[in-house]
Amino acid sequence: MTLSLQAADDSLLPPLGRVGVWFNDPDNWTGPQGLLARIVEHLEYTAIVLVIAVLIALPLGLLIGHTGRGVVLAVGLANAFRAIPTLGLVILLVGWLRPLIEFKGAVPGLLQKGAFPFFVPVMIVLVLLALPPILTSTYAGVKNVDPAVRDAAKGMGMTGWQVVRKVEIPNALPLIASGIRSATLQVIATLTVAAYLPFLGGLGRFIKDGTGRLLDPRYGYPAMVAAGLTVALLAVAIDGLMNLVQRAVVSPGVSGRFSKKDRTAVTSSPTSVAQVVQE
Amino acid sequence: MTIWSYLTNAQTMEWLVTTLWLAAVPIVVGLAVALPIGWVASRYRWSYPPIVSIFGILYTIPSLVLFLVLPGILGTGILSPVNVAVALTVYTIALLARTVADGLSSVSQDTLAAAAAMGYTSRQRLLKVQLPLALPVIGAGLRVAAVSNVSLISVGSVIGVSQLGGLFVTGYVNSSVTPTIAGLIWFVVIALVFDAIVLLVVRSLTPWQRAVSAR
Repeated sequence: MTLSLQAADDSLLPPLGRVGVWFNDPDNWTGPQGLLARIVEHLEYTAIVLVIAVLIALPLGLLIGHTGRGVVLAVGLANAFRAIPTLGLVILLVGWLRPLIEFKGAVPGLLQKGAFPFFVPVMIVLVLLALPPILTSTYAGVKNVDPAVRDAAKGMGMTGWQVVRKVEIPNALPLIASGIRSATLQVIATLTVAAYLPFLGGLGRFIKDGTGRLLDPRYGYPAMVAAGLTVALLAVAIDGLMNLVQRAVVSPGVSGRFSKKDRTAVTSSPTSVAQVVQE
Repeated sequence: MTIWSYLTNAQTMEWLVTTLWLAAVPIVVGLAVALPIGWVASRYRWSYPPIVSIFGILYTIPSLVLFLVLPGILGTGILSPVNVAVALTVYTIALLARTVADGLSSVSQDTLAAAAAMGYTSRQRLLKVQLPLALPVIGAGLRVAAVSNVSLISVGSVIGVSQLGGLFVTGYVNSSVTPTIAGLIWFVVIALVFDAIVLLVVRSLTPWQRAVSAR
Protein backbone atom coordinates (compact mmCIF):
# COMPACT_ATOMS: atom_id res chain seq x y z
CA MET A 1 0.00 0.00 0.00
CA THR A 2 2.97 2.31 0.26
CA LEU A 3 4.14 1.35 -3.21
CA SER A 4 1.51 3.46 -4.99
CA LEU A 5 2.62 6.40 -2.89
CA GLN A 6 6.26 6.13 -3.76
CA ALA A 7 5.42 6.01 -7.44
CA ALA A 8 3.57 9.32 -7.20
CA ASP A 9 5.58 12.52 -7.53
CA ASP A 10 4.67 14.15 -4.26
CA SER A 11 6.24 17.46 -5.23
CA LEU A 12 2.92 18.04 -7.01
CA LEU A 13 0.98 18.18 -3.74
CA PRO A 14 -1.98 20.55 -3.72
CA PRO A 15 -1.14 23.77 -1.84
CA LEU A 16 -2.10 24.16 1.82
CA GLY A 17 -4.68 26.74 0.71
CA ARG A 18 -6.80 23.85 -0.59
CA VAL A 19 -7.45 22.95 3.06
CA GLY A 20 -9.61 26.07 3.40
CA VAL A 21 -11.50 25.12 0.25
CA TRP A 22 -12.05 21.65 1.68
CA PHE A 23 -13.39 23.04 4.96
CA ASN A 24 -15.69 25.36 2.99
CA ASP A 25 -17.45 22.57 1.11
CA PRO A 26 -20.58 21.52 3.06
CA ASP A 27 -20.46 18.11 1.38
CA ASN A 28 -17.30 17.36 3.36
CA TRP A 29 -19.09 18.01 6.64
CA THR A 30 -22.31 15.99 6.38
CA GLY A 31 -23.23 12.38 5.74
CA PRO A 32 -21.89 9.17 7.32
CA GLN A 33 -18.40 9.82 5.84
CA GLY A 34 -18.45 13.52 6.72
CA LEU A 35 -16.35 15.46 9.18
CA LEU A 36 -19.13 15.77 11.77
CA ALA A 37 -19.83 12.03 11.82
CA ARG A 38 -16.09 11.32 12.13
CA ILE A 39 -15.76 13.78 15.01
CA VAL A 40 -18.61 12.00 16.84
CA GLU A 41 -16.91 8.62 16.27
CA HIS A 42 -13.59 10.03 17.44
CA LEU A 43 -15.17 11.29 20.66
CA GLU A 44 -17.09 8.03 21.21
CA TYR A 45 -13.91 5.96 20.94
CA THR A 46 -12.05 8.39 23.20
CA ALA A 47 -14.78 8.25 25.85
CA ILE A 48 -14.81 4.44 25.90
CA VAL A 49 -11.01 4.30 26.29
CA LEU A 50 -10.97 6.88 29.07
CA VAL A 51 -13.78 5.30 31.10
CA ILE A 52 -12.01 1.92 31.04
CA ALA A 53 -8.60 3.46 31.78
CA VAL A 54 -9.90 5.54 34.71
CA LEU A 55 -11.75 2.52 36.16
CA ILE A 56 -8.47 0.58 36.16
CA ALA A 57 -5.85 3.23 36.91
CA LEU A 58 -7.62 5.34 39.53
CA PRO A 59 -8.17 2.61 42.17
CA LEU A 60 -4.72 1.17 41.44
CA GLY A 61 -3.06 4.59 41.79
CA LEU A 62 -4.92 5.28 45.03
CA LEU A 63 -3.88 1.88 46.40
CA ILE A 64 -0.22 2.41 45.47
CA GLY A 65 -0.19 5.97 46.81
CA HIS A 66 -2.00 5.03 50.04
CA THR A 67 0.05 1.96 50.88
CA GLY A 68 3.32 3.07 49.27
CA ARG A 69 3.68 -0.42 47.78
CA GLY A 70 4.30 -1.26 44.14
CA VAL A 71 5.80 2.15 43.33
CA VAL A 72 8.82 0.78 41.49
CA LEU A 73 6.64 -1.59 39.47
CA ALA A 74 4.14 1.13 38.53
CA VAL A 75 6.76 3.66 37.47
CA GLY A 76 8.77 1.01 35.63
CA LEU A 77 5.72 -0.17 33.70
CA ALA A 78 4.79 3.41 32.86
CA ASN A 79 8.24 4.03 31.42
CA ALA A 80 8.27 0.74 29.53
CA PHE A 81 4.95 1.51 27.82
CA ARG A 82 6.33 4.79 26.57
CA ALA A 83 8.92 2.89 24.54
CA ILE A 84 6.45 0.63 22.71
CA PRO A 85 5.20 1.99 19.37
CA THR A 86 1.40 2.15 19.32
CA LEU A 87 1.01 1.19 15.69
CA GLY A 88 3.11 -1.95 16.12
CA LEU A 89 1.17 -3.05 19.18
CA VAL A 90 -2.17 -2.48 17.38
CA ILE A 91 -1.09 -4.58 14.42
CA LEU A 92 0.32 -7.31 16.67
CA LEU A 93 -2.91 -7.55 18.71
CA VAL A 94 -5.02 -7.54 15.54
CA GLY A 95 -2.96 -10.49 14.33
CA TRP A 96 -3.46 -12.39 17.58
CA LEU A 97 -6.99 -11.48 18.67
CA ARG A 98 -8.93 -11.05 15.43
CA PRO A 99 -9.24 -14.79 14.74
CA LEU A 100 -10.50 -15.35 18.32
CA ILE A 101 -13.33 -12.80 18.24
CA GLU A 102 -16.59 -14.41 17.14
CA PHE A 103 -18.84 -11.34 17.20
CA LYS A 104 -18.75 -9.62 13.83
CA GLY A 105 -22.08 -7.78 13.88
CA ALA A 106 -22.74 -4.06 13.97
CA VAL A 107 -23.08 -1.91 17.08
CA PRO A 108 -25.70 0.76 16.25
CA GLY A 109 -24.32 4.28 16.44
CA LEU A 110 -20.78 3.07 17.06
CA LEU A 111 -19.50 0.31 14.80
CA GLN A 112 -20.39 -0.98 11.37
CA LYS A 113 -20.67 -4.66 10.54
CA GLY A 114 -17.33 -6.47 10.75
CA ALA A 115 -15.60 -3.71 12.74
CA PHE A 116 -15.67 -5.37 16.16
CA PRO A 117 -12.65 -7.73 15.72
CA PHE A 118 -10.55 -4.66 14.82
CA PHE A 119 -12.12 -2.39 17.42
CA VAL A 120 -11.16 -4.52 20.43
CA PRO A 121 -7.36 -4.56 19.78
CA VAL A 122 -7.34 -0.78 19.18
CA MET A 123 -9.22 -0.17 22.43
CA ILE A 124 -6.82 -2.41 24.38
CA VAL A 125 -3.76 -0.56 23.06
CA LEU A 126 -5.26 2.88 23.72
CA VAL A 127 -6.24 1.87 27.26
CA LEU A 128 -2.65 0.71 27.82
CA LEU A 129 -1.54 4.12 26.53
CA ALA A 130 -3.93 6.01 28.82
CA LEU A 131 -3.12 4.03 31.98
CA PRO A 132 0.39 5.33 32.84
CA PRO A 133 -0.39 9.08 33.03
CA ILE A 134 -3.50 8.47 35.17
CA LEU A 135 -1.75 5.89 37.36
CA THR A 136 1.41 7.92 38.00
CA SER A 137 -0.40 11.21 38.59
CA THR A 138 -2.85 9.58 41.01
CA TYR A 139 -0.04 7.93 42.87
CA ALA A 140 2.05 11.12 42.89
CA GLY A 141 -0.96 13.17 44.01
CA VAL A 142 -1.68 10.89 46.95
CA LYS A 143 1.99 10.66 47.87
CA ASN A 144 2.31 14.45 47.86
CA VAL A 145 -0.45 14.91 50.44
CA ASP A 146 1.12 16.52 53.51
CA PRO A 147 1.77 13.71 56.05
CA ALA A 148 0.63 16.06 58.83
CA VAL A 149 -2.79 16.34 57.17
CA ARG A 150 -3.00 12.56 56.91
CA ASP A 151 -1.95 12.11 60.54
CA ALA A 152 -4.53 14.67 61.63
CA ALA A 153 -7.23 12.72 59.77
CA LYS A 154 -6.12 9.50 61.48
CA GLY A 155 -5.98 11.29 64.81
CA MET A 156 -9.60 12.31 64.33
CA GLY A 157 -10.41 8.59 64.19
CA MET A 158 -10.87 8.16 60.44
CA THR A 159 -10.50 4.66 59.04
CA GLY A 160 -8.08 3.98 56.17
CA TRP A 161 -10.89 4.15 53.62
CA GLN A 162 -12.18 7.41 55.10
CA VAL A 163 -8.70 8.93 54.86
CA VAL A 164 -8.58 7.96 51.17
CA ARG A 165 -12.06 9.27 50.41
CA LYS A 166 -12.17 12.45 52.49
CA VAL A 167 -8.54 13.56 52.59
CA GLU A 168 -6.32 11.96 49.97
CA ILE A 169 -8.67 12.11 46.96
CA PRO A 170 -9.72 15.77 47.44
CA ASN A 171 -6.13 16.85 48.00
CA ALA A 172 -4.76 14.82 45.09
CA LEU A 173 -7.55 15.91 42.74
CA PRO A 174 -5.62 18.63 40.85
CA LEU A 175 -2.86 16.14 39.97
CA ILE A 176 -5.32 13.32 39.23
CA ALA A 177 -7.21 15.66 36.91
CA SER A 178 -4.05 16.71 35.10
CA GLY A 179 -3.17 13.02 34.62
CA ILE A 180 -6.60 12.31 33.11
CA ARG A 181 -6.28 15.40 30.90
CA SER A 182 -2.91 14.36 29.59
CA ALA A 183 -4.23 10.83 28.94
CA THR A 184 -7.18 12.35 27.06
CA LEU A 185 -4.90 14.45 24.85
CA GLN A 186 -2.78 11.41 24.09
CA VAL A 187 -5.79 9.24 23.23
CA ILE A 188 -7.38 11.88 20.97
CA ALA A 189 -4.08 12.30 19.12
CA THR A 190 -3.23 8.61 18.86
CA LEU A 191 -6.70 7.43 17.85
CA THR A 192 -5.85 8.51 14.30
CA VAL A 193 -3.76 5.32 14.14
CA ALA A 194 -6.98 3.25 14.43
CA ALA A 195 -7.90 4.21 10.87
CA TYR A 196 -4.98 2.10 9.70
CA LEU A 197 -7.41 -0.81 10.14
CA PRO A 198 -10.50 -1.33 7.94
CA PHE A 199 -14.10 -0.67 9.13
CA LEU A 200 -13.01 1.70 11.91
CA GLY A 201 -13.96 5.37 11.89
CA GLY A 202 -12.68 8.45 13.64
CA LEU A 203 -10.81 11.37 12.11
CA GLY A 204 -7.89 9.19 11.09
CA ARG A 205 -10.09 7.82 8.30
CA PHE A 206 -9.48 10.96 6.22
CA ILE A 207 -5.73 10.66 6.79
CA LYS A 208 -5.47 6.99 5.87
CA ASP A 209 -7.85 7.18 2.91
CA GLY A 210 -6.17 10.40 1.77
CA THR A 211 -2.82 8.65 1.31
CA GLY A 212 -4.37 6.70 -1.59
CA ARG A 213 -5.51 9.90 -3.32
CA LEU A 214 -2.64 12.15 -2.35
CA LEU A 215 -2.65 14.30 -5.48
CA ASP A 216 -6.43 14.70 -5.71
CA PRO A 217 -6.91 18.42 -4.94
CA ARG A 218 -10.54 17.80 -3.94
CA TYR A 219 -9.85 15.06 -1.39
CA GLY A 220 -6.35 13.62 -0.76
CA TYR A 221 -3.89 16.00 0.83
CA PRO A 222 -6.38 18.78 1.78
CA ALA A 223 -8.62 16.23 3.55
CA MET A 224 -5.63 14.77 5.41
CA VAL A 225 -4.46 18.15 6.69
CA ALA A 226 -8.03 19.27 7.48
CA ALA A 227 -8.64 16.13 9.55
CA GLY A 228 -5.28 16.59 11.28
CA LEU A 229 -6.08 20.16 12.21
CA THR A 230 -9.51 19.05 13.45
CA VAL A 231 -7.81 16.53 15.73
CA ALA A 232 -5.57 19.27 17.16
CA LEU A 233 -8.50 21.67 17.65
CA LEU A 234 -10.56 18.87 19.22
CA ALA A 235 -7.71 18.14 21.64
CA VAL A 236 -7.43 21.79 22.68
CA ALA A 237 -11.23 22.17 22.99
CA ILE A 238 -11.64 19.04 25.11
CA ASP A 239 -8.70 20.08 27.31
CA GLY A 240 -10.33 23.47 27.85
CA LEU A 241 -13.60 21.79 28.74
CA MET A 242 -11.88 19.47 31.21
CA ASN A 243 -10.13 22.48 32.72
CA LEU A 244 -13.57 23.97 33.49
CA VAL A 245 -14.75 20.68 35.00
CA GLN A 246 -11.57 20.53 37.07
CA ARG A 247 -12.14 24.04 38.41
CA ALA A 248 -15.69 23.09 39.38
CA VAL A 249 -14.72 19.82 41.05
CA VAL A 250 -11.53 20.71 42.92
CA SER A 251 -12.17 22.24 46.34
CA PRO A 252 -11.27 25.96 46.40
CA GLY A 253 -9.26 25.27 49.56
CA VAL A 254 -7.03 22.89 47.59
CA SER A 255 -6.84 24.75 44.28
CA GLY A 256 -5.78 27.92 46.11
CA ARG A 257 -8.30 30.02 44.23
CA PHE A 258 -8.95 31.86 47.50
CA SER A 259 -5.34 32.79 48.11
CA LYS A 260 -3.39 34.30 45.25
CA LYS A 261 -0.11 32.93 46.54
CA ASP A 262 -0.60 29.27 45.65
CA ARG A 263 -2.29 29.78 42.32
CA THR A 264 0.70 28.82 40.18
CA ALA A 265 1.10 25.57 42.09
CA VAL A 266 -2.11 24.08 40.71
CA THR A 267 -2.49 25.28 37.13
CA SER A 268 -1.51 22.35 35.00
CA SER A 269 -0.35 22.01 31.44
CA PRO A 270 0.47 18.87 29.47
CA THR A 271 4.17 19.28 30.10
CA SER A 272 3.66 19.51 33.85
CA VAL A 273 2.36 15.97 33.65
CA ALA A 274 5.48 14.92 31.78
CA GLN A 275 7.32 16.25 34.78
CA VAL A 276 5.22 14.12 37.12
CA VAL A 277 5.79 11.03 35.02
CA GLN A 278 9.53 11.44 35.27
CA GLU A 279 9.47 10.71 38.99
CA MET B 1 10.67 -15.97 6.75
CA THR B 2 11.85 -16.38 10.30
CA ILE B 3 11.92 -13.59 12.84
CA TRP B 4 15.70 -13.50 12.58
CA SER B 5 15.60 -12.76 8.87
CA TYR B 6 13.07 -9.96 9.43
CA LEU B 7 15.37 -8.54 12.09
CA THR B 8 18.43 -8.57 9.86
CA ASN B 9 17.51 -8.50 6.17
CA ALA B 10 18.80 -5.77 3.87
CA GLN B 11 15.54 -3.79 3.85
CA THR B 12 15.42 -3.81 7.65
CA MET B 13 19.02 -2.60 7.85
CA GLU B 14 18.19 0.27 5.50
CA TRP B 15 15.16 1.19 7.65
CA LEU B 16 17.29 0.82 10.79
CA VAL B 17 19.75 3.45 9.57
CA THR B 18 16.90 5.91 8.84
CA THR B 19 15.29 5.20 12.20
CA LEU B 20 18.53 5.70 14.15
CA TRP B 21 19.09 8.97 12.32
CA LEU B 22 15.49 10.04 13.06
CA ALA B 23 15.98 9.20 16.73
CA ALA B 24 19.35 10.94 17.12
CA VAL B 25 19.07 14.21 15.19
CA PRO B 26 15.90 15.57 16.89
CA ILE B 27 17.33 14.94 20.35
CA VAL B 28 20.60 16.76 19.63
CA VAL B 29 19.05 19.66 17.70
CA GLY B 30 16.10 19.87 20.12
CA LEU B 31 18.41 20.13 23.13
CA ALA B 32 20.56 22.77 21.40
CA VAL B 33 17.47 24.92 20.72
CA ALA B 34 15.79 24.26 24.09
CA LEU B 35 18.83 25.33 26.15
CA PRO B 36 18.73 29.06 25.23
CA ILE B 37 14.91 29.13 25.35
CA GLY B 38 14.91 27.52 28.79
CA TRP B 39 17.63 29.91 29.91
CA VAL B 40 15.55 32.93 28.86
CA ALA B 41 12.53 31.51 30.72
CA SER B 42 14.56 31.03 33.90
CA ARG B 43 16.48 34.34 33.64
CA TYR B 44 13.52 36.63 32.92
CA ARG B 45 10.64 35.55 35.16
CA TRP B 46 7.96 37.37 33.15
CA SER B 47 8.77 35.22 30.12
CA TYR B 48 8.27 31.89 31.96
CA PRO B 49 4.45 31.58 31.77
CA PRO B 50 4.10 32.45 28.06
CA ILE B 51 7.05 30.24 27.04
CA VAL B 52 5.75 27.28 29.05
CA SER B 53 2.19 27.57 27.70
CA ILE B 54 3.22 28.09 24.07
CA PHE B 55 5.38 24.97 24.15
CA GLY B 56 2.71 23.11 26.11
CA ILE B 57 0.28 23.71 23.23
CA LEU B 58 2.90 22.68 20.66
CA TYR B 59 3.20 19.37 22.49
CA THR B 60 -0.54 18.67 22.11
CA ILE B 61 -0.40 18.71 18.30
CA PRO B 62 -0.75 15.07 17.19
CA SER B 63 2.42 13.81 15.53
CA LEU B 64 0.55 12.69 12.43
CA VAL B 65 -0.71 16.25 11.90
CA LEU B 66 2.79 17.68 12.06
CA PHE B 67 4.06 15.00 9.65
CA LEU B 68 1.35 16.12 7.21
CA VAL B 69 1.49 19.90 7.60
CA LEU B 70 5.28 20.26 7.57
CA PRO B 71 5.75 19.33 3.88
CA GLY B 72 3.38 22.19 3.04
CA ILE B 73 5.48 24.60 5.11
CA LEU B 74 8.96 23.25 4.39
CA GLY B 75 8.41 22.39 0.73
CA THR B 76 9.63 18.83 1.34
CA GLY B 77 7.94 15.77 -0.16
CA ILE B 78 5.20 14.27 1.99
CA LEU B 79 7.16 11.02 2.34
CA SER B 80 10.43 12.74 3.20
CA PRO B 81 11.91 11.63 6.55
CA VAL B 82 12.87 15.30 7.05
CA ASN B 83 9.26 16.01 8.10
CA VAL B 84 9.49 13.37 10.82
CA ALA B 85 12.86 14.74 11.98
CA VAL B 86 11.54 18.31 12.18
CA ALA B 87 8.32 17.23 13.93
CA LEU B 88 10.24 15.24 16.56
CA THR B 89 12.61 18.19 17.04
CA VAL B 90 9.59 20.41 17.75
CA TYR B 91 8.37 17.92 20.38
CA THR B 92 11.82 17.69 21.94
CA ILE B 93 12.02 21.49 22.24
CA ALA B 94 8.48 21.61 23.64
CA LEU B 95 9.34 19.05 26.32
CA LEU B 96 12.80 20.35 27.17
CA ALA B 97 12.27 24.15 27.22
CA ARG B 98 10.32 23.87 30.43
CA THR B 99 12.63 21.22 31.90
CA VAL B 100 15.71 23.39 31.23
CA ALA B 101 14.00 26.44 32.75
CA ASP B 102 12.95 24.50 35.85
CA GLY B 103 16.37 22.87 36.15
CA LEU B 104 18.24 26.17 35.96
CA SER B 105 15.81 27.80 38.41
CA SER B 106 16.23 24.96 40.89
CA VAL B 107 19.88 25.86 41.57
CA SER B 108 19.96 27.51 44.98
CA GLN B 109 20.57 31.25 45.26
CA ASP B 110 23.21 30.60 47.96
CA THR B 111 25.26 28.57 45.49
CA LEU B 112 25.08 31.31 42.89
CA ALA B 113 25.94 33.95 45.49
CA ALA B 114 28.96 31.89 46.56
CA ALA B 115 30.12 31.65 42.94
CA ALA B 116 29.68 35.40 42.51
CA ALA B 117 31.71 36.00 45.67
CA MET B 118 34.50 33.81 44.27
CA GLY B 119 34.71 36.21 41.34
CA TYR B 120 32.77 34.29 38.67
CA THR B 121 31.25 36.51 36.00
CA SER B 122 27.56 35.93 35.27
CA ARG B 123 28.51 34.01 32.12
CA GLN B 124 30.90 31.76 34.06
CA ARG B 125 28.26 31.25 36.73
CA LEU B 126 25.82 30.02 34.10
CA LEU B 127 28.23 27.70 32.28
CA LYS B 128 30.32 26.41 35.20
CA VAL B 129 27.86 26.35 38.08
CA GLN B 130 24.21 26.64 37.12
CA LEU B 131 24.18 24.45 34.00
CA PRO B 132 26.15 21.53 35.53
CA LEU B 133 23.95 21.56 38.64
CA ALA B 134 20.81 21.52 36.46
CA LEU B 135 22.09 18.57 34.41
CA PRO B 136 20.30 15.79 36.34
CA VAL B 137 16.93 17.52 35.81
CA ILE B 138 17.65 18.23 32.13
CA GLY B 139 18.88 14.66 31.72
CA ALA B 140 15.62 13.25 33.13
CA GLY B 141 13.66 15.31 30.59
CA LEU B 142 16.01 14.24 27.83
CA ARG B 143 15.39 10.56 28.63
CA VAL B 144 11.62 11.04 28.39
CA ALA B 145 12.01 12.92 25.09
CA ALA B 146 14.40 10.33 23.62
CA VAL B 147 12.19 7.35 24.46
CA SER B 148 8.90 8.91 23.37
CA ASN B 149 10.50 10.17 20.14
CA VAL B 150 11.57 6.65 19.20
CA SER B 151 8.03 5.30 19.58
CA LEU B 152 6.61 8.25 17.61
CA ILE B 153 8.83 7.53 14.61
CA SER B 154 6.72 4.53 13.64
CA VAL B 155 3.59 6.68 13.29
CA GLY B 156 5.15 7.92 10.05
CA SER B 157 4.24 4.54 8.52
CA VAL B 158 0.56 5.51 8.50
CA ILE B 159 1.34 7.96 5.71
CA GLY B 160 4.15 5.83 4.30
CA VAL B 161 7.43 7.37 5.47
CA SER B 162 10.08 4.69 5.07
CA GLN B 163 11.61 3.54 8.39
CA LEU B 164 11.38 0.53 10.74
CA GLY B 165 7.61 1.07 11.07
CA GLY B 166 7.60 -0.54 7.62
CA LEU B 167 7.93 -3.88 9.43
CA PHE B 168 4.50 -3.24 10.99
CA VAL B 169 3.09 -2.50 7.53
CA THR B 170 4.64 -5.72 6.22
CA GLY B 171 3.11 -7.65 9.13
CA TYR B 172 -0.28 -6.18 8.47
CA VAL B 173 -0.26 -6.67 4.70
CA ASN B 174 1.03 -10.25 4.96
CA SER B 175 -1.26 -11.08 7.93
CA SER B 176 1.76 -12.34 9.82
CA VAL B 177 2.82 -11.35 13.31
CA THR B 178 6.47 -12.25 12.71
CA PRO B 179 7.57 -8.97 11.03
CA THR B 180 5.49 -7.00 13.53
CA ILE B 181 7.29 -8.65 16.45
CA ALA B 182 10.63 -7.99 14.74
CA GLY B 183 9.65 -4.31 14.43
CA LEU B 184 8.62 -4.08 18.08
CA ILE B 185 11.90 -5.67 19.14
CA TRP B 186 13.92 -3.14 17.12
CA PHE B 187 11.97 -0.13 18.43
CA VAL B 188 12.25 -1.21 22.05
CA VAL B 189 15.98 -1.95 21.64
CA ILE B 190 16.56 1.47 20.06
CA ALA B 191 14.60 3.18 22.84
CA LEU B 192 16.62 1.34 25.50
CA VAL B 193 19.92 2.18 23.78
CA PHE B 194 19.09 5.89 23.52
CA ASP B 195 17.88 5.94 27.11
CA ALA B 196 21.15 4.32 28.21
CA ILE B 197 23.26 6.74 26.15
CA VAL B 198 21.58 9.79 27.71
CA LEU B 199 21.92 8.23 31.17
CA LEU B 200 25.64 7.50 30.67
CA VAL B 201 26.40 10.97 29.29
CA VAL B 202 24.63 12.68 32.18
CA ARG B 203 26.39 10.42 34.71
CA SER B 204 29.82 11.09 33.24
CA LEU B 205 29.14 14.85 33.30
CA THR B 206 27.96 14.82 36.94
CA PRO B 207 30.64 12.86 38.85
CA TRP B 208 29.83 14.70 42.10
CA GLN B 209 26.43 13.00 42.25
CA ARG B 210 28.01 9.59 42.75
CA ALA B 211 30.55 10.99 45.21
CA VAL B 212 27.71 12.31 47.35
CA SER B 213 25.57 9.18 47.18
CA ALA B 214 28.58 6.95 47.95
CA ARG B 215 29.19 8.68 51.24
